[in-house]
Formats: sequence, C-alpha cells, structure tokens
Amino acid sequence: MKAKFLVPLVLFLALAGFLGYGLTLNPGVVPSPLVGKPAPDFRLAKLDTPEEQFGVADMRGQVWLLNVWASWCVSCRQEHPILVELNRGGVIPVIGLNYKDERKDALGYLRDHGNPYAVTVADPDGRVGIDYGVYGTPETFLIDREGMIRYKHIGPITRDTVKNVLLPKIAELSRAG
Amino acid sequence: MIGELGHFALILALVLSLVQAIVPMIGAHRNRISLMAVARPAAQGQLLFLVFAYACLTWAFITSDFSVRLAASHSHTATPLMYKITGVWGNHEGSLLLWAMTLSIWTVAVAIFSRNLPEAFMARVLGVLGWISAGFISFTLFTSNPFARLLPAVAEGRDLNPLLQDPGMIIHPPLLYMGYVGFSVAFAFAIAALLSGRMDAAWARWSRPWTTVAWVFLTAGIAVGSGWAYYELGWGGWWFWDPVENASFMPWLLGTALIHSLAVTEKRGAFRSWTIMLAIGAFSLSLLGTFLVRSGVITSVHAFAVDPARGLYILALLVLVIGISLVLFAWRAPKLAGGGSFDLVSRDSGLLANNVLLAVVTGSVLLGTLYPLFLDALNMGKISVGPPYFEATFVPLMIPVVILMVVAPFIRWKSDTIGRFGRKLAPAMIASVALGAGVAFAVGHVTWRTVLGLSLAAWVLIGSAQLLYTRLAERRGAVAAAKLRGIPAAWWGMWFAHLGIGIFIIGVTMIGSLEAQQDMRMRAGQTTQFAGYTFTFRGVVGVDGPNYEAARATLDVHRGERLITVLTPEKRHYVASQMPMTQVALHIRPLRDLYVSLGDQLEDGSWLVSLHLKPFVSWIWAGCILMGLGGIFAAADRRYRRLAERTLPAGSTSTQTS
Amino acid sequence: MRAEMLLRLSRATLLTLVLVGVASFLPAVQAADEATPVADDPVLEARVMDLSYKLRCLVCQNESIAESRAPLALDLRNQVREQFAAGKSEKDVVDFLVARYGDFVLYTPPFKATTVLLWIGPGLLLIAGAGWLLLRLRTRAREEGPHLTDAERARARALLEGAPADSEEQHS
Repeated sequence: MKAKFLVPLVLFLALAGFLGYGLTLNPGVVPSPLVGKPAPDFRLAKLDTPEEQFGVADMRGQVWLLNVWASWCVSCRQEHPILVELNRGGVIPVIGLNYKDERKDALGYLRDHGNPYAVTVADPDGRVGIDYGVYGTPETFLIDREGMIRYKHIGPITRDTVKNVLLPKIAELSRAG
Repeated sequence: MIGELGHFALILALVLSLVQAIVPMIGAHRNRISLMAVARPAAQGQLLFLVFAYACLTWAFITSDFSVRLAASHSHTATPLMYKITGVWGNHEGSLLLWAMTLSIWTVAVAIFSRNLPEAFMARVLGVLGWISAGFISFTLFTSNPFARLLPAVAEGRDLNPLLQDPGMIIHPPLLYMGYVGFSVAFAFAIAALLSGRMDAAWARWSRPWTTVAWVFLTAGIAVGSGWAYYELGWGGWWFWDPVENASFMPWLLGTALIHSLAVTEKRGAFRSWTIMLAIGAFSLSLLGTFLVRSGVITSVHAFAVDPARGLYILALLVLVIGISLVLFAWRAPKLAGGGSFDLVSRDSGLLANNVLLAVVTGSVLLGTLYPLFLDALNMGKISVGPPYFEATFVPLMIPVVILMVVAPFIRWKSDTIGRFGRKLAPAMIASVALGAGVAFAVGHVTWRTVLGLSLAAWVLIGSAQLLYTRLAERRGAVAAAKLRGIPAAWWGMWFAHLGIGIFIIGVTMIGSLEAQQDMRMRAGQTTQFAGYTFTFRGVVGVDGPNYEAARATLDVHRGERLITVLTPEKRHYVASQMPMTQVALHIRPLRDLYVSLGDQLEDGSWLVSLHLKPFVSWIWAGCILMGLGGIFAAADRRYRRLAERTLPAGSTSTQTS
Repeated sequence: MRAEMLLRLSRATLLTLVLVGVASFLPAVQAADEATPVADDPVLEARVMDLSYKLRCLVCQNESIAESRAPLALDLRNQVREQFAAGKSEKDVVDFLVARYGDFVLYTPPFKATTVLLWIGPGLLLIAGAGWLLLRLRTRAREEGPHLTDAERARARALLEGAPADSEEQHS
C-alpha cells in the first residue's frame, strides 16, 4: 500500500475528530468581546424609584455582578433562587438590568419571587443591552473594582457555576487592590 | 397495538439487513452460490417489513393516535389529511424511517434490474447496501424509535410545523432522500468493485444509469427545496448557503463530477481512481449531511431537534463506512492506475480538468461550511460564514467549469489541438461577450456581475446551438428527421442538461441584478405604483382554514387600464402551534414574478404590504427542470441495457474473487 | 336695482368661495388615494436593508437581521438605521456591532490571522488542483500506449473499414 493513497483516510479521520469534538460544543453560544474591557457606562432610572438614577460609576471600588433579566424570561426563573441566595449571603452585590420589560410586570415579578438585587435599573428599549452585547436573557457580567468586565455568563447561573467559576473569581478580584 | 407491530417489523428488518450484509459477502468471498443467493430474498423481505413499519407509523398519524409520541408532537386532529400523511417524515425519527425505506426500495430495484450482472458482484453490491441499511435501521431503533409511546396519551397533538404544511415541503424530502440513497448505490458498486478487484469498463457501464437517476432526484430535491423557500419564506430569497443546504449541494457537485467521470471510465477505461473516489465522496457527503442536520454541531433553520448522543452514533457510522472504504481504496489503488493515455489537449484531459475543478469547488464549499466549527474547536473564536463568502468564492470557481462545459464536447478524444477547436469556437466566444454586454446595457444594469453572468449564459446558449448544428451536419445526406433520430438519447441528455445550466445562469444573474422591492403602508382603496403596475389595496378579511386563522388581503393589479390579476396574500396564525406564517401571493410569468406579502397591521389601521419584482426567476426552475430532463434522457439510453445484456450472457457467474 | 346687484355679487362670491374650497380640498383627496411607503426615507431604508442582509441575527437559527422577526433583530436594524441617519458609515456601524457582539455577527468573515486559511483556501485548492492536473497530464502524455502486434493492427483496420459512416464513439 503506497503511503500517498492513505492521505484521504488521514484527512478524513482528522475531519471526523473535529466533528466529534464539535459534538461537545454549543454553536449557538456567542462569546463576548467585552471581557477584559471596561463595562460600558450607563445612567438609568431605578426600577422602584424612577426619579433616581444609577450607573456603573456608582459601583466603583466594588466587585459586583450585573444580571440581565426580564419578567417574560422563562429561564431567568431557574437562576432566580440562586441569585436570592447570593444576595442574602452577602457574597457579592447583584445589580439587576431589567431588559425590555414593563415596569409593573417587573415589579410584580420581584414581589412574587423575591428580590435578589441591591438595585435594579430599567432598560425598556434595550439600548444598554446592545451596548453590553446582550442577545438573550439571562446574562450575567462579573465586574471588578475598576469597572472592567472580567467574566460573562450566558444562560441561567447554576450552583456549579457559582461554586467553580464565580466564587474563585470573586475571591481573586476581591484580594487585588 | 399497531405501533408495536410497526416496531416489531422494524426489528425484523434490522435482522434481515444484517443477514443481507453478512451472508452474501461471505458467499462472494468463498464463491458459494447458495450464500450469495441469499441477497435478493433478504433485500425483498427487508423491504416488506420496512414498508409495513412505515405504514404502521402513517396509520398512527392518520388516526391521530396520540399515544404514539411522534404523532402527538407532529400532528393534530385538525391537520388536513395530506399533512397528516406527510407529517410522518416532517421530523427526525419519521424521516429516518423514510430514509431506510427509500434505501430498501433502491436495493430491491438494483436486485431486480441487475439480473444480468455476475452473481458475486451483485452479492457484494447488495451486501454493502445491507450494511448501510443495518446502520440506519439500528440508528433508528436504538436512538430514535419512531414508535415510542407517550403514556398517558394526550388529548390533542401539537400539530406539524406550519412551515412544513405546504405542497413543496411534501415532495422535497422524499426527492432528496431518493437522491442521497441513490448515491449509496453508486457507492455500493464502487465498493464491490474494490472488493472484487474488478474495475473495468463494464462496471462503469452498470453504474452509470443508477448514478444518473440518483443525480436527477437530487437535482429535483434541491430545486424543489429552493422553490419552496422562495415562495414560503416571505422575502423571495431562494438560496442562503445555509450549512444544511450546502450539505445537499456538495453531494450534487461531486455527483455531477461522478457521472462525467463514469462516462470516461466506460468509454476509455481511464479515471478509475477518480470515479471510485468520487463515488465514495458523493455518498460520504450525503452521510455528512445527515450528521450535520441531526447532531446539533451547526446552527441551521433546517436542523432537526438537537441531540449530541444521536450525533455520536451517526459519526460512528460515518467513520466506519468512510474509513473502511478509504482503506479499501488505499489497498486497491495501485491496481487502478493506467487505463489509456491521452494528450495534454484532448477531451479526456478536459474531463479530468472537470473532475478536478468540481472537486475544488466542493472542497471550498466544505471549507466554508465547517470553518466556524474548526475555529471553535481550536478555541480560536466564533465566526459566521455566510452568503457573502460563498458568493465570493463559489462564483469565480464555477466560471472555468462553465467555460469548459461548452468547449469539451468539441474536443476530440485522446488527441486534439487547441487550434482546431479554438478556431471553431472563437466566433462564439466573441459573440457571447458581445451579447452579454449588450443585454446588460439594454436592461440598464451594466455591472461586472451582470455582464459576466450574461456572457457566460450566452456562451452556453450559443455553444449549445453550435454543437447541435455540428452534430446534425455530420450526417451528410440524411433527412433531418433521420439525423435527429440518429443521435443517441445520452447525447440529448448532455445537451439538455448543459443548456439547463445556461438557462439557470440567466435566471440567477437577472434576478440578482434587477430585483426590486417596495414596502408600503396600505389602507383600503389606496393605490401604489410599482414596476410599471398599479396595485390597489382592497382591504383585509378574516378567513379560517382547517387548522389556522388568517387575515387575507386583496390587491388588484392593473397595467394601465387592464386588470392583470387579483392577488390575495395572507397572514396566517396556526392555532395549535401558535406560529404566525405569511402566505405570499405570486403572479408568475416567464419574464418575471410579481411577489406580494402581507405584513402586520399598524396602529393607524393600515397594513404593511411588501411588493417585490422578481425578474426571470422562473428561469432558475426551468434550468433545473432541463438539467433533470437531461439526466432522464441520459439514463434512459437503450445502449446501457443492450450492452449490458450483450456483454454478459445470462446466468454467467464471475469466477473472479478477491 | 341695487338689491339685484347685491344678490348677483353674493352668489358669485359664494360660488367662488365654494370653488376655491373644493379646489383646495382636491389635492388632499388625491393624496389619500396613494399609499405611503413604510419607511420615511426609502433611500436610507435601502442602505439599512443592504447592510442588514450581511449581519447575523444572534438569537435565530442562521438568519440575517434583515429576514428575522426576532425582537433583537428589529432592535439591531433600528440601531443601524439610527446610525446611518446620524451620518455614520457602513464601516462605523459594523465596528460598533463587532465591538459588542464579536465577529459572529458578520456573515462575511473578517480577514484576520485566524481566517487566512478560509479566505485563501479556495484559491490554494484551485492552484493545487491545476498544478496536479498539469503534472498528471504531462506524465500521462509521455506514457506510451500499448503496442499493437501486426495481427491486431490488421484486425483493427478491418473493423474500422467495415463500420458504418457515423462514428458514434467520437460524439457521445
């Protein structure tokens, strides 16, 4: 058997390897180019007290989570209890970004399911969402003391994520500076 | 009960497929006629059980038996009967059963129509088909059982996806599967040839009709899918370079190369390596397509429900089938060399160039389709590869193919000079460019793209006319009718198919250059001017269908004073699945389509109406029909049947083994 | 006499007023018959749709933001429209979106280190194929065909001369 005739086989096996590995990937998840960059600034009305405004600058000096959610988002309900726990445990302040929602629906949701957010701001037309590269709720950003985005989580946060990813990163960022 | 019977029949079909796979192969290897003779009855028995299983599943759908999970998920009591029947293949599990049944139909057809072929060869062909069948039926049974029960049964089903409730979608999958499965026959012939060591012109002659028919089905399947997308999706696009579309297009490209390569292998005994590799390649790409659609590896509107576990099974199937065939190829390849010499300038070299070019085109489409996966797997980021990329790479690569397509029939076999046929074709070449530029100027759209497309199309049309003239002029003295009858069907096949490509290019170029769109807010009584027509909006009424509610708009179309047509686009809301659908209204004429879709109602009470002008779009479908027709002529050529009978006296058994 | 003149004058005035009133009303009636385009600025809209076909809808199963009905697609189209209206160029808008969503949002893959193989791949394949072809044809042309013995040559001649005028092999 001449070696050159085995080339198609070798190429094919390489391709099959890629395809096999591809089975473990999720083609629909879009990684964020904002990780490692400053969190886009915003100044939005608070959900419960619309006369007041809140922005990224208000969290300077703290390590915090920005959680993008909506009352119409079904998957958000999955992560909601975990966010409540994070809040109650005083682990990390969680700021909510209410994305493309009606104020009364959002307030009703927080009333019914509990409010894990230190502050919630309203983004009814989704502009701030676009600035953050939001394409589907829920999405969560981990932001450090200088206002840099360190990690983006797409989809509901699970206990595994909290234990294996978030807590170590939070500890690391809290130690620095 | 019926479900369980169907399930049991499927299991029996699997057993028979394994028998068909193993026993005749051993028989061919050991030259034991009794074992080889098992192949045909096994194939026939398998078909019986598969048809029965399919019928059971169809029965569940027709009787709205929602204790069968598949029927509950993809049907509804109010679904029209036709869509209950076709809903059987509008999902992953049912479509696999259709695949298996289609394969079985082809297998039995091969068994019946190849009685004159050597027994050992047929045993191997049927054996390979048995292995493929076993693979697919086992995949169905173990990971995608269509007869799975839903207990307790639900009162009402979730209805078939409204996108699939359409005549175009009914025939698109069966046609495609006939094509894919047909290439498995070519593949089986190739593997049988590799196994037996017999790869001569006779083998090529036997393969040709089967391969050509498979190609015709695949052409039809792709064209119907494209046409469906055009009128169903609401904005008149007809090709999106979606990964699944590419997955059907790549086997077509290699299949085209294969039917040309087989011609050379039959006539000249050359290109045997290429022909075998192309046969393996075309079928492998069909399998790859199956993998891409059902594994979740790529994102596509066509993808069935995603399940990586199923993907793994298909991948294993892929690796086994293709891996083994490539090993066999590597083993036999030295034997395949040789087979006629020919000059640098000859029809043989032209056809070899055709093989290479089509392989390059297929390679580049594959590259574009899988590149995002490659980058993601190597953790180098996520990109999208869409229509702009494919148009930038595919179109330039196809230009030499189309040019060659017209030139090659003028070149002599074995040895020729560029001067000889160049002189013949030079006037046509000049005329084509002139005609292309002229027409582009006449329609007022002089761009590189338009001039190039029209010149290529003119090249094909003028070249085809010249070829026919040359052919008729060869027979001096004979009457015109006798001349025409003297031309074999296969030649007409080539002529029509190549002409079809020219017509297709005209359609694509014109619609790409000249299509126009106008989105209007319209209220009852209002008119608008578009494309030289006056559209008058008459209002919207509510209409109820069997399983949907619709808002139907009426528009009068006038040209000046004359009423051309009345169009009624709809906006449907399917009750069970809660899915909105637009039903486009079309006015089809040879030179243009008028395409109107109804959008949402706005706050002020007016309706969003989208008017489109689609020039020459019917030429796209006409081109495909001509290609298919060409294939049918070529496959029907009586020479295949006569020669096959002549070469092998009935009842002969090949003594060639291994 | 004066009353008659007054009456004629008032009738004429009334008629003039009516005619003027009707005349001023007429253009408005004609405008109501013509439908208005959806977009306020069709030229701008054409630019927006042109670019939108090249941008991917991130929440869809492989659709552009021009084709998709998803809320995010509408939002992004609005962004494109706003930015074009504000005078930004196509490159500006594309950079804006890529900065937020990454290269995934572009249907035309960018030309960078990771995509070099993608863009030059087809060309490379063509060159490789053409090169292989030329090499192969050169060696094959140099190969000699099988030599015929004299008996075979005589037999071939007899067959060729005995065959009918049209040579099928040449054309099919």
